[in-house]
Amino acid sequence: MKKIQVLGLGLFIVGLFIFSYIPFIGQYQLEEEMVKTVVKSEHEEAMLRILRPMYSESYHSNFRFIANFNDLFDEYNNDLKRKEAWDEVIWDDYAFPLTKAASDSAVSQYPLVFLTISVVLAIFGGLLYIFPLHRGEPEGIKNNGIYFSSMKSRGLLGIITGTYLILFYVLLYWYPEYITNLVIMVDPLSKALSGQEASQWFLYGLLYTMAILVMGIRMFRKYKGNAYQTIRTGSVMFFQVAFAFLIPEILMLLNKPWHDFKNIWPLDYSFFYDYRIEGMVSSGALGMFMLVWGIILIVIGVPLLTYFYGKRWYCSWVCGCGGLAETLGDPYRQLSDKSLKAWKIERYMVHGVLVFAILMTAVTIVNYFMEFGLLGQATNQLHSIYGFAIGAAFAGVVGTGFYPLMGNRVWCRFGCPLAAYLGIVQRFKSRFRITTNGGQCISCGNCSTYCEMGIDVRWYAQRGQNIVRASCVGCGVCSAVCPRGVLKLESADEEGRMNDMPIIIGSKSVQVKS
Amino acid sequence: MNKRKIVIIGNGISGITCARNIRKNDEQADILVISGETKYFYSRTALMYIYMGHMKFEHTQPYENWFWEKNRIDLLQAWIELIDFKQKKLICHNGTNIYYDVLILATGSKPLMMDWPGKHLNGVQGLYSYQDLQLMEENTNGISRAVVVGGGLIGIEMAEMLASRKIPVTFLVRESNFWDNVLPQEEAKLINRHIREHGIDLRLSTELEEILDDGEGNVKAVLTKQGDTIPCAFVGITIGVMPKIDFLKDTDLEIGRGILVDPYFRTNMKDVYAIGDCAEFKDSIGENRKSIEQVWYTGRMHGEILAQNLTGPNEVPYQPGVWFNSAKFFDIEYQTYGNVPAQIPENVETFYWEDQSGKVSIRFNFLKHSNRLQGVNAFGWRLRHEFFDQAISEEWTIDQVMEKLDSASFNPEFYKPYHRLVLDAFNKAMGKQIRFKKISFLHKLIGSRA
Repeated sequence: MKKIQVLGLGLFIVGLFIFSYIPFIGQYQLEEEMVKTVVKSEHEEAMLRILRPMYSESYHSNFRFIANFNDLFDEYNNDLKRKEAWDEVIWDDYAFPLTKAASDSAVSQYPLVFLTISVVLAIFGGLLYIFPLHRGEPEGIKNNGIYFSSMKSRGLLGIITGTYLILFYVLLYWYPEYITNLVIMVDPLSKALSGQEASQWFLYGLLYTMAILVMGIRMFRKYKGNAYQTIRTGSVMFFQVAFAFLIPEILMLLNKPWHDFKNIWPLDYSFFYDYRIEGMVSSGALGMFMLVWGIILIVIGVPLLTYFYGKRWYCSWVCGCGGLAETLGDPYRQLSDKSLKAWKIERYMVHGVLVFAILMTAVTIVNYFMEFGLLGQATNQLHSIYGFAIGAAFAGVVGTGFYPLMGNRVWCRFGCPLAAYLGIVQRFKSRFRITTNGGQCISCGNCSTYCEMGIDVRWYAQRGQNIVRASCVGCGVCSAVCPRGVLKLESADEEGRMNDMPIIIGSKSVQVKS
Repeated sequence: MNKRKIVIIGNGISGITCARNIRKNDEQADILVISGETKYFYSRTALMYIYMGHMKFEHTQPYENWFWEKNRIDLLQAWIELIDFKQKKLICHNGTNIYYDVLILATGSKPLMMDWPGKHLNGVQGLYSYQDLQLMEENTNGISRAVVVGGGLIGIEMAEMLASRKIPVTFLVRESNFWDNVLPQEEAKLINRHIREHGIDLRLSTELEEILDDGEGNVKAVLTKQGDTIPCAFVGITIGVMPKIDFLKDTDLEIGRGILVDPYFRTNMKDVYAIGDCAEFKDSIGENRKSIEQVWYTGRMHGEILAQNLTGPNEVPYQPGVWFNSAKFFDIEYQTYGNVPAQIPENVETFYWEDQSGKVSIRFNFLKHSNRLQGVNAFGWRLRHEFFDQAISEEWTIDQVMEKLDSASFNPEFYKPYHRLVLDAFNKAMGKQIRFKKISFLHKLIGSRA
């Protein structure tokens, strides 16, 4: 490793440590004024009373502050629950906004300084490490030593990284009140972009986008000379920055609903939720466009583009989850399980989630037209189960947290309902396939090993059979790592897609078919 | 079909392909595959990737372990010491006897070794088997220089393996350019440059004289015929491989360099066959084909055909079609179809094109009078096997090939369209006006293949 890379790695780790330490600094002091600005008017009176013991009390850590808040708040709610006074129970989560308001630390005074010494420093360090990668080396496959790397082959470093990511996701989804300082740190950025205070989701979006950009540059270094990988990586970087990050913030600035124009139901599972529909319907022409565009993508965009190009047009060129998997997750692609058993589990799970998403959405829509009568309770229940189990736990905690443990496409492979939908189209009506090159396969296993979706590519390649699989996201890495030029991603005539070529071209004696 | 016991010695690509294809056609037969090397079939060609950390051993196994039981192919890890052909009996290293009705010998190869002084020193080895790989792991641990002797496919792979661990390599090649007994000059030189680009100390026209002892039975250095001493702690001997048939030497089985077989893979003993690297054809199997074929693809063909003959209604002789092969030299892939000898014959014309990068090239050999395509060599450019199989077996003229060259490429999407550059160069050199068929924008957009 070059000196500059060691320095970069050092700076990255320092930045990461500071980032991880920031939530623990500062003091917390709650005032009545804060409660008044944060809570809804219908809760104001109750909340002011509940939190009275905390006013003007100075807390030296967020743990103490949150613990005290939770005690008081739970005591109030539990009392009501015991009396079965369900209507009076406060269901809103005020822990995060109140902790954020009560925070008084150097972070709130100098947010940009802290942003610089944590996130910016880590990015800078990461880039110092990445830019010199493979400099002076000829173009080619850069997989040397992957299985000797603790980070990339489920060693101690990999397990630590996975644990860190899982913890981060758990805090982000369910305990954001513990990371308010980090959110405060990005407030100025959020205000500059959308004119609004940052939420934990803004923080997440920012980190997500930066991860895709920095690790996207790593992809350029690693796959230099491979035009397909370079263009594809450029595409996911563009869609993340423009469509998932900037445009939604600009929409907020214009007082329009937050909207990601490239997200498609059922991945975007809340698309048909009443608040989203109402948000769009009440936002004029642009809002109507969002609604119509979203529906066009579902009913025309997905089938048509998948017919012509395969599901790769979305999964490895456009999608945000795919974008993170293909950049941040690339070092872990070899960790996916290739066994037949895993494939069986995958089919049950991913199609199960699709069915769940469709049912939930159907109930939601029926409920909408029944004007929230009969199905109101069921809809809310379904939404919260789906949001918790699939939207947060599966897509986030498992989906990304398990990168270093089970590979970078756990969510896409086992959980994403949109991938399941795209996959059904790809499997049964598409021009896309991975063509195998006659008899050139030597069964080495590089293709299967580096397939992030856990497809046993070699199984097909060694029998001269084209690969037509619902799960293939068309990342093209099997083709890149093949040492004998056997695999080619192609969109071509449907005729000959499921080929019946003899295993070996080159024998006149017998023609053995797969 | 009566239930017979088919025993296969060797679980490489030939033996395993044969076992699988027998099972496909014969539900009844008892099939036993014996190997001393590993219990499960793995891809020998992938050994290098284990050393380089691209894969682990289990990734090189083309079938999951349950596959064998499901298909009722019994596996036994054992070395066979002796074969009693009269009693149809195999004797294992531990003394166990195994009886067979049909015996298939697919024992593969072993590294070729010459009588150099010092060849038995610690740190001197070839690379063919899994055990060789384990030994290489041990022998190269923490060393400061390695020498590889022999400029062939395994030699360059070994150099790449060592370089991946940042071990400085001196690569001794007897020929005046890398592998130039197979490759024409231009291609051999292209690879010379690429080897050096990877920091390998490539020494052409250099032969090994002696391997020097450090006094404790380990390698200290090598001495070349030119008189240079190269200090090193590892010497990879990669001058070729030979059939691994030592245990068959003093039997009634007819052997030459390999086990002698007819075009049906029959040996001189009844119900005994030989396929793959260890088989030697008594009679020529075709123009420009060797009598011992040590290639993955031919091994697989042998296995398929023998399985067909053992289970089908009529036996067919081995009739290989158009020759093809491929390899990868560091980052440069190589494919060949048909016949492209190192020395261009009198009656053959050749057209060679090299990209300005010096890393991509293609050569077409065609007959001088009829212009019929004879063979193609491609470097850094993937070609479509189906296309050239057809072009060569149907004897297309070079002009016909050029006209359709746009559909011959197998490179990934968005790669540089080399076929255009080649066509321009060809037109210029030959004074011709060949054009590709126009493809409409719409067709390009939806990616239709010609």
